[in-house]
This record gives sequence, C-alpha cells and structure tokens, in this order.
Amino acid sequence: MTVFKSICIAALSVLSLGVAAEANAQGMLVDSGKLLLTQGVTTVEGSSGGGLASWATISGYETGDGIGGNVHETYVGLNNYTLQDFGASVGLFNRVEFSYARQEFDTGATGAKLGLGRNFTFDQDVYGAKVRLIGDLVYDQDTWLPQIAAGLQYKVNDKLDIIHAVGGKSAEGVDYYLAATKLFLAQSLVVDATLRLTKANQTGLLGFGGDKNDNYSPEFEGSVGYLLTKHLVVGGEYRTKPDNLGFAKENDWWDLFAAYAIDKHLSVTAAYTNLGDIATFKNQDGFLVSLQAGF
Amino acid sequence: MQKLFRAHRIAATCALLVLAGSAYAQDAAPMDAPAKASTSEAANAGATPIAGDEVYKAFHEQAGIQRVMDDFIVRVTTDPRIMARFQGANLPRLKILLVQQVCYLTGGPCVYGGRDMKDAHAGMNLEAKDFNALAEDLQLSMDKEQVPFRAQNQLLAKLAPMERPIVTK
Repeated sequence: MTVFKSICIAALSVLSLGVAAEANAQGMLVDSGKLLLTQGVTTVEGSSGGGLASWATISGYETGDGIGGNVHETYVGLNNYTLQDFGASVGLFNRVEFSYARQEFDTGATGAKLGLGRNFTFDQDVYGAKVRLIGDLVYDQDTWLPQIAAGLQYKVNDKLDIIHAVGGKSAEGVDYYLAATKLFLAQSLVVDATLRLTKANQTGLLGFGGDKNDNYSPEFEGSVGYLLTKHLVVGGEYRTKPDNLGFAKENDWWDLFAAYAIDKHLSVTAAYTNLGDIATFKNQDGFLVSLQAGF
Repeated sequence: MQKLFRAHRIAATCALLVLAGSAYAQDAAPMDAPAKASTSEAANAGATPIAGDEVYKAFHEQAGIQRVMDDFIVRVTTDPRIMARFQGANLPRLKILLVQQVCYLTGGPCVYGGRDMKDAHAGMNLEAKDFNALAEDLQLSMDKEQVPFRAQNQLLAKLAPMERPIVTK
C-alpha cells in the first residue's frame, strides 16, 4: 500500500512537472515567478506553511498572474505510532489555495495494546481552502504589515465508532484559521503566527469534540525560520491544541525543522517532531520527513 | 479572473526590476549632474540607504559592486525570461546607474543620478515574474562576488518594495 502510494506520488510529481513544462512552453499561466521557499512547505494538513503550522502563504511558485501547485508525501515516525500523509494543493494567482491531504495514523503494535488490533489505522481526509487577504510576504519589506490569510480545513475521519468509544463527539469537523506570516528579509527571518478555532482531537485523528469539552477552542500555532541560504531554512514550530477527551490528555506539538529546496520543483523537509502524549501513550516524539514536488 | 487579481498585484515574491529601468532613463539628466538634496536622492533611488557601511563593505565596496553589475548585465541580457526587456537599452549607462544605485543603497559614498523607479520603468508593462526573475539573476551575480547571504538579503529588502512602482501590468 505504502509503496503503491509512493509510486502514485512520484507519478503525480512527474505529471505535474510535465504539465508545468507544457504550460510554460505555451506561455500559459505557469510562471514559477516566486523566489525559492517563499511559498513555504506543505503542512501535515495539506495547506502551505511550516510542517505543523499553516501559514498565510499560497501554495505554488506562481505570482499574481499565474497558477501553481504541489503534491506531497510526509512520513512521521513516532515511538508508538506512524503518521503518513499525502496530498495535493493548487494556488491560484497567489490569492487562493485549495488543498487535499489524506492522513493515515497507524497504531502499529500499539493498536493491540489499545484493544483496537494491531496496525489499526485512523484515516482522515482534509479539504482545505485559504485566501490571502492583505499584504505580500516578500515585497512588503518597508512596512510591518504581514501577509494575512484566512483559511478553513474540513476534516473527515473514518473511525466514528472508535471516536465515540473514547468520548469523541463527531468524526467530522471544520477548523477555521487566520494566519499572519512576515518575512524579515533584512534579518533573513520568517515568522508566522496563526490563530485556529478548532474542536479537533489530535488535529482530528481522534475525532472532534469530546466528553470534557465540545466547544470550539482558540488555539495558537506559529513558526520561526532562519534563512541560511537561498535553498535552506531552519527553524522551529509550536502548536497548542484543545484537550477535549477525558480518557487521555492531549499535549501541545512542537518541532525543529530544516527545509531544503533543491529547485522550484522539489523540496525536502526534515524535522524532529514532538507530539507529546497521544491516546495514553507518553512522549510521542520522532522524525518527520516530507517530500514536495510542484511548480 | 486574471484581471480581477491583477488589481491586487501586491502578489508573489522577491526582488527588483528596479535596476533594469534605469536603462530606459535615456532622457534623464546627465549622470554627472550635481547631487540633489538627500531626500529626493532617496526618492529617486527608491529607498533610503542601509545604515552604516557594513553592507557596502560586504559587497567589497565600489569595485565589488562594479563586478556584480558587470556580471548582472550579462545575465539579464541573456536570460530568456527577461532578455527581451533589454532590447534597445543603453546598457553601459544602465550599468553605471545600477552601480550608483546599489552603492548608494548599501551605504556607500555614491550619488544616484537616474530617474525615480516609477518614471524609469513607465510604459514597460513589467510583470511580477519579470521583477522576480531579475532578482534571481542579481542573487547569482552577488553569489559570484561571494557577497554573504545576509548582506544580499539586506539589499534585497531595500529593493523588494520597489515592486510597487515598477510592476505595472
């Protein structure tokens, strides 16, 4: 299955590059005009941003005159679980972004200990939309105004029975967020602060709402990155989360990342990721690797 | 749809066609015209200079900036993305103005004798992708001169807002 998906992603990548090249040859909308890394990378929820935090960036290397997009595959290996994630996004005129991500949260051997069965896997589809409201990440170097975008993520989890069994209220939910991203070019720094309204337990992998709380919570996610070269940015992220379920405490997430853009078609992100306790299993930390291809 | 978004052209990414436009300043005052008051100097050069002379030194001063622009002019006039924009331009004059402008902006002891960014690029119908392609070429020229990345970004931070007067299409 995993191999099959990797092949799919590879095929999609080749296809998207082909489409980009074709469109370029015809002088169409693919301008690949943005500078390297200024679209951010792909988050685990499919939107452009850091690895964990959604930013105000719009996916793809297009300028205001073109379209861009990406496919991605991400693997997060934790102590007791693995998260696999693949998807695609499209950016229109550096204004609107649509994204899709499929998350597969595999409980592995832990699944048996949880009484779910070995390799029990929570699957979640995340459909995202984002619109840039004001500001330009790169050009606005003479003002404090960040690039600001509003977005939503509609998430559908396929394990309603288990979600109910652990106290979750729903297998579907919508997150709303407002992201402000600022590039301090003279300092070679990029900073993001995002406010998210959400009911999601473990970003939705354990459903939405719970026995402890079934209301929307305002949560914060943010990133700081330092540009070492045109190709390489290193930094860290932090993301707060609700704590809606009585059976297991939920912790904030953080990471330390390095993102390397080989060129405008291919980038790799690696991160040390700490997701805290998940479903009674303590200290879920490990490594995230993400591959992104696009134009 | 494209037209709709065109109105919001604060789009996209980095950099600076800034420079290129000086090429079209054929009717501008002679380069050796007396220096104007410093405020109008900043207005014409598109930004106030970076404080101190660290960045200027990181560019290896006037000689380094001259080498950057020698390389840059070759790059932009052979870059298939933007070479057509330089058809008929007075390249020697462009190079002199670019050296003046970058020397001035990096905190060097230079006077910029060209027109302001809006006038210099008027009627060129430049697009964001032209601006950004030119920025990428400049990065390569600065790399070749071994200007440290941080100093490059300090100059680019001065040039990036010039997208607004320069990109008109």
